[in-house]
Amino acid sequence: MSATRRRGARAAAATGLALLAACGDRGGAAAPAAVAAAAPSSEATTPPPVVEHPASFGLGRAATREEIRAWDIDVNPTGEALPAGRGTYEQGKQIYATQCAGCHGARGEGIPPHYPMLVSAEPRDFSFADDFRKTKTIGNYWPYATTLYDYIARAMPLTAPGSLTPDQVYAVVAYLLAENEVTGRDVVMDRAALLAVKMPGAGRFVPDDRTGGPEFR
Amino acid sequence: MSTRRTREPGEGGPAISRRTLLAGAAAAAGAAALGAREGLTAQEPARPAVPPDPTKVPGLPTSPLSERSPFEHPGRKPVGNLSGPSFTPLQDLTGTITPSDLHFERHHGGVALIDPQRWKLLIHGMVDRPLVLDLEDLRRFPQVTRTYFIECAGNGRNAYRTPKAEMTPQEVDGLTSNTEWTGVPLRTILREVGVKPKAGWFLAEGGDAAVLSRSIPVAKAMDDALVVLAQNGEPLRPAHGYPARLLLPGWEGNTSVKWLRRLEFTDQPNMSRDETSKYTDPLPGGKARQFSFEQDVKSVITAPAYPARLEQGWWPISGLAWSGRGRVTKVEVSTDGGKTWAQAELLTPPLPKAHVRFQHMWRWDGRGPVVLLSRAWDETGATQPTRAEFRRVRGIGTDFHFNHVRGWIVERDGRVVFGADA
Repeated sequence: MSATRRRGARAAAATGLALLAACGDRGGAAAPAAVAAAAPSSEATTPPPVVEHPASFGLGRAATREEIRAWDIDVNPTGEALPAGRGTYEQGKQIYATQCAGCHGARGEGIPPHYPMLVSAEPRDFSFADDFRKTKTIGNYWPYATTLYDYIARAMPLTAPGSLTPDQVYAVVAYLLAENEVTGRDVVMDRAALLAVKMPGAGRFVPDDRTGGPEFR
Repeated sequence: MSTRRTREPGEGGPAISRRTLLAGAAAAAGAAALGAREGLTAQEPARPAVPPDPTKVPGLPTSPLSERSPFEHPGRKPVGNLSGPSFTPLQDLTGTITPSDLHFERHHGGVALIDPQRWKLLIHGMVDRPLVLDLEDLRRFPQVTRTYFIECAGNGRNAYRTPKAEMTPQEVDGLTSNTEWTGVPLRTILREVGVKPKAGWFLAEGGDAAVLSRSIPVAKAMDDALVVLAQNGEPLRPAHGYPARLLLPGWEGNTSVKWLRRLEFTDQPNMSRDETSKYTDPLPGGKARQFSFEQDVKSVITAPAYPARLEQGWWPISGLAWSGRGRVTKVEVSTDGGKTWAQAELLTPPLPKAHVRFQHMWRWDGRGPVVLLSRAWDETGATQPTRAEFRRVRGIGTDFHFNHVRGWIVERDGRVVFGADA
């Protein structure tokens, strides 16, 4: 074999190795530690080499109860995390006018597309797929009343998020639910009253049944 | 006449960088001479000034950061939204990686600015050992580097519902971007806390003004979820979650929570605002699909596209294809409105849950209108539905996950316009 041909063969072998590494993207010999650290099942064409990590790297520190309490702000449909407090429709109406109406409109009509409409009982048949002009609101779409508390408390108003007291949040919730014809204006909203609310959108939600494959769903 | 793009008013690049380039009277004189030679009219924006012969004058000195050529002005738009999107200019990009400063944005309370020394990640709930990690802790875990797209679940909504001929690729589909991410597999981190068997979900929460929260099945955490620290070789940009974000490959972008600060393991989803009132998909029959995480297989032709104007001859039909369910296996291009399809070249080996660029060489013979379409296939055997089929199955009012076949119409005069119903 001439020197030129040997060089060519070496180059070809090197290229082959490079291709192998590229094709075996998740299974190449180049970086076994990284490969073993994350080789998602959906990606692997060949089993990746196994590199044992210790059961723990001992990183981080125990979270304190105070730290958890300070950040654990979410409220789920069980309502277990709902704080004490109460608010009325009239109180909520006033808070809405000063804190919410600037973006969501005096009557909850919103400023599309970024500041959504909040108030509309229509449509009552959940026929949103038929016409994109039918706007999803608290009254016609939201399936859980607890979501309303959770979201207002954490993220509203936009320019001063998290600034409302529990009483104020309950009041705004009372106002918005009544405006949407979900509850009466006489309801004093608190934890128990909120958990008793039945949302018109409840029961309309189905799990994702798309799985890929030839059938379009 | 070639494919010169018309630029919109106010879309120009930063004036400072041009001034930097223009430092010195000699350059200004050169600019005047250049302008005179090219016979610029009042209608055309002035060309950036560069030396008439760059081999006869020294170039620029070294600098801390590279600027783009003064002849290139990519930009996201719209700008100025605290709660809303900005779209990636797909028509200005080549290859597959989205430059970090052009990655699309979709924020819900603006871009959070976070001091990395004060950042911490709290992991609690149904775990054996509630834990706090700081950034240094996170950096000491074994890292992985992966290329994944992030696509907003609402990408393509306007092109589907209210298509207009005068839509650019940016406006049609610019809420998808593709990045080389580096970070720690979430499952590696979770070994430190010991997730209890009854925990089926976890709440991922951001430290932004929206304190954005999404419920994620634990199975995704144990599959390919990452907590990423870096994009394209450097720390995350603030707009994309600095100093750390969740990255859920192939899933709707909203679930890849930016500015990550808390993971709470639970036995049920939280039913947060972004998994009930938003990011759910109304369907015909009075139902809505919920927790529809995976992004369907999709493609978009990025050139030729509006507002290009073609002349006769050979053109590459170029675009991007991706699937949230794995690799793209094939991309087909039609130059006759879908009557016949040709397999396009893929410019790189396709990676799972990542953009791949395709190309199909096509010779325009000057006849029109010609309808150019693309459709991608993924390794599950899925392809893109026609708009009519999409509409039949999902309805015109569905809100997310738009992946129907779209394309462009080349008119007889060479003008290229968006063609949604093709």
